[in-house]
Amino acid sequence: MDPLILSRIQFAANISFHILFPSITIALGWVLLFFKWRYNRTGDTAWMRAYFTWVKIFALSFAMGVVSGITMSFQFGTNWPGYMETVGNIAGPLLAYEVLTAFFLEAVFLGIMLFGFSRVSNGVHTLATFLVAFGTTLSAFWILALNSWMQTPTGFEMRDGVAHAVDWWAIVFNPSFPYRLIHMLLASGLTVSFLIAGFSALRFLAGDRSDSMWRALRTGVFAGAILIPVQIFVGDQHGLNTLEHQPQKVAAMEANWETRANVPLVLFAIPDEKARENRFELAIPNGASLILRHSTDGIVPGLNDYPGNHPPVFPVFWGFRIMVGVGVMMLVVSWTAGFFLWRRQTLPKPLALLMVPMALSGWVAVLAGWYTTEIGRQPWLVTGVLKTADAVGPVAGGQVAFTLAVYLVLYAVLLLAYLSVLYYLAMKAAKDGDTSPLPAVLDTPLSQPAQN
Amino acid sequence: MTLDWPTLLPLIFAGLMGIAILVYVVLDGFDLGIGILFAAAGDHEKDTMIAAIGPFWDANETWLVLAVGLLLVAFPMAHGVILTALYIPVFLLLVGLILRGVAFDFRAKVPTHRKARWDFAFLAGSLLAALAQGYMLGVYVLGLQTGLAAFAFGLLVAVCLAAAYAAMGAAWLIYKTEGELQQKAILWLRSALVFTVLGMGAVSLATPLASPRIFARWFVFPEMLYLAPLPILSALLFLWLWRLTFRLAETGDTHSLKPFLALAAIFTLGFLGLAWSFYPFVVPERLTIWQAASATGSLGLILVGTAFVLPVMIGATIYVYRVFGGKAADLRYD
Repeated sequence: MDPLILSRIQFAANISFHILFPSITIALGWVLLFFKWRYNRTGDTAWMRAYFTWVKIFALSFAMGVVSGITMSFQFGTNWPGYMETVGNIAGPLLAYEVLTAFFLEAVFLGIMLFGFSRVSNGVHTLATFLVAFGTTLSAFWILALNSWMQTPTGFEMRDGVAHAVDWWAIVFNPSFPYRLIHMLLASGLTVSFLIAGFSALRFLAGDRSDSMWRALRTGVFAGAILIPVQIFVGDQHGLNTLEHQPQKVAAMEANWETRANVPLVLFAIPDEKARENRFELAIPNGASLILRHSTDGIVPGLNDYPGNHPPVFPVFWGFRIMVGVGVMMLVVSWTAGFFLWRRQTLPKPLALLMVPMALSGWVAVLAGWYTTEIGRQPWLVTGVLKTADAVGPVAGGQVAFTLAVYLVLYAVLLLAYLSVLYYLAMKAAKDGDTSPLPAVLDTPLSQPAQN
Repeated sequence: MTLDWPTLLPLIFAGLMGIAILVYVVLDGFDLGIGILFAAAGDHEKDTMIAAIGPFWDANETWLVLAVGLLLVAFPMAHGVILTALYIPVFLLLVGLILRGVAFDFRAKVPTHRKARWDFAFLAGSLLAALAQGYMLGVYVLGLQTGLAAFAFGLLVAVCLAAAYAAMGAAWLIYKTEGELQQKAILWLRSALVFTVLGMGAVSLATPLASPRIFARWFVFPEMLYLAPLPILSALLFLWLWRLTFRLAETGDTHSLKPFLALAAIFTLGFLGLAWSFYPFVVPERLTIWQAASATGSLGLILVGTAFVLPVMIGATIYVYRVFGGKAADLRYD
């Protein structure tokens, strides 16, 4: 068995599993701060109930993110020693700052945020909530700086095959970083918006009409409705940035083989890399030229300009289409739901039913988007500096196959457990409604470990 | 040895990494130990035991991220060599940490009838992580050897480290709980201490015997004199702690923090011994800290950040321990 492909699958499985949870915690931290702020301002206990429901999901997601994140920091060494040996001088400080500033901030104040409401003053508790939210966002800042540098490396020079930093500002604020960071933060916001909306829709369908359900539902729906057009605009800008710096990735995203003008927007196709053409193509004439160059006769780069140096076309092409497709669905669903909540003050049942599976739409879009950009960087691990194949370690294929199999089983089980807990918490919240005992606020205990 | 930055920075980072590992071992040691003690605890005690570590374990585990992070960023060459050599044990450690970490949260959120299975996952994860760490320590001490003897020695250290963590967990429970559970923890501490002594003895003997270089570092004059306090102090602390366990039951809470502090001191002494044995190697007999270090400029940049952040984080950590000080009550999301 080939350790390279197995290591790639293992890392992809790990990072795919990992990103699901930061996608939630980054924005959920800010939503919790919003709930807390509304409670502080209005004294309305429904906001605090929403807070306590979602802080549990935050805690669970945070734990899932931490453990899968630790796994990754070890896998750099166990499977990809060539990575740190070549670009360790750049990646090292960025990762170090992530741990030092962001991760510690989250981990230290998480205890107070989760369990400290009755032990510290309300102000300190709000501050802890802020610091955790700030920490998760800062964490995303450093990680995306490193990822973007791997996509579009600047500010370094190679000496004896090892990258050395020349200009740290250029390294952190490399060309694709601002776009990728904002794109990801918005993606997290959308993931959480739809999660909260779908979770609340499930409560709604279970007959829950409590104030805390309405508060959370409206927060999720309106946040989603506001964020999705912004995301579509930012995503477009990010695409134009990619066109400038990684044209071969855009060529693969559009499945465009020849560099030419009047390139159609391919809606459906099976890209065939052997024949170097698209099969079963369904396309809008001039579409890609129009989107990428803002003119029907704009020239779009083609894959054939990059022989042996462009990513696999099929996954990049389809990853991009799935992401955009989910984005369009998000727009339709959130605006429709927004309209009903705003004008009719309620939800039609079919729409609520649709919103429940849409709770996970953010995850699908985030994964599809990351597959597009990460597979789109291949065959490079660090564009133009280090090929993925040259970074893999000397571990035998059999060992990697064994660990991969166990990871896959473990992740599948944990994902199932996570989703069933979400469902259980939604049903429990629906049953309790506004009668759930509210700790400290109403002075009745809500024991965390002995919850019944 | 000239005292310029290229010489000093790897040294400083080796020190920082050492501190991070030590703090991790002491702090997450009691978390993992409490997980291991789940094997002996009754159902009604498990909630209290979890409450004793609840607000802290996330931050405790972060020290491992910092330690591995420092290895990764400051000594990238060594990171690859050590972790590929320990591929399977590292994997088992990670599986253990994953199970432990998520079980902690799941057990509190699933329907009551499913709680037992997450309690088991918490125990299994903690035990697996502790065993894997012990095994890695054992194999590392032997210079990353392979073969049956190294494997057997790794297993021995694995069991002993798990016992040492259990001792830490018991000591933490003595501090954080009261009544029946506290009395039980005293008994747990006593049984676990036997294995802890055995393990430290085994590592102390094996290290010099496995490497003539390390033997020469310890058993020459006059270094032997300066180093003698390490084993002697450890032995005295063990003895004192052992006697203390017989008095703890009557004296109640007056000495409740002392077992934990004594164990932390013993761990520190053992760690200093190991550091002396292996310096200046980060991969035993293969890579020194200078050969494995990152570029000076990169290390300098990390150091600036560390110098600012670490004191703040240590202060914040102390604050959190104070907020959740005293006996562990029911852990509440409020």
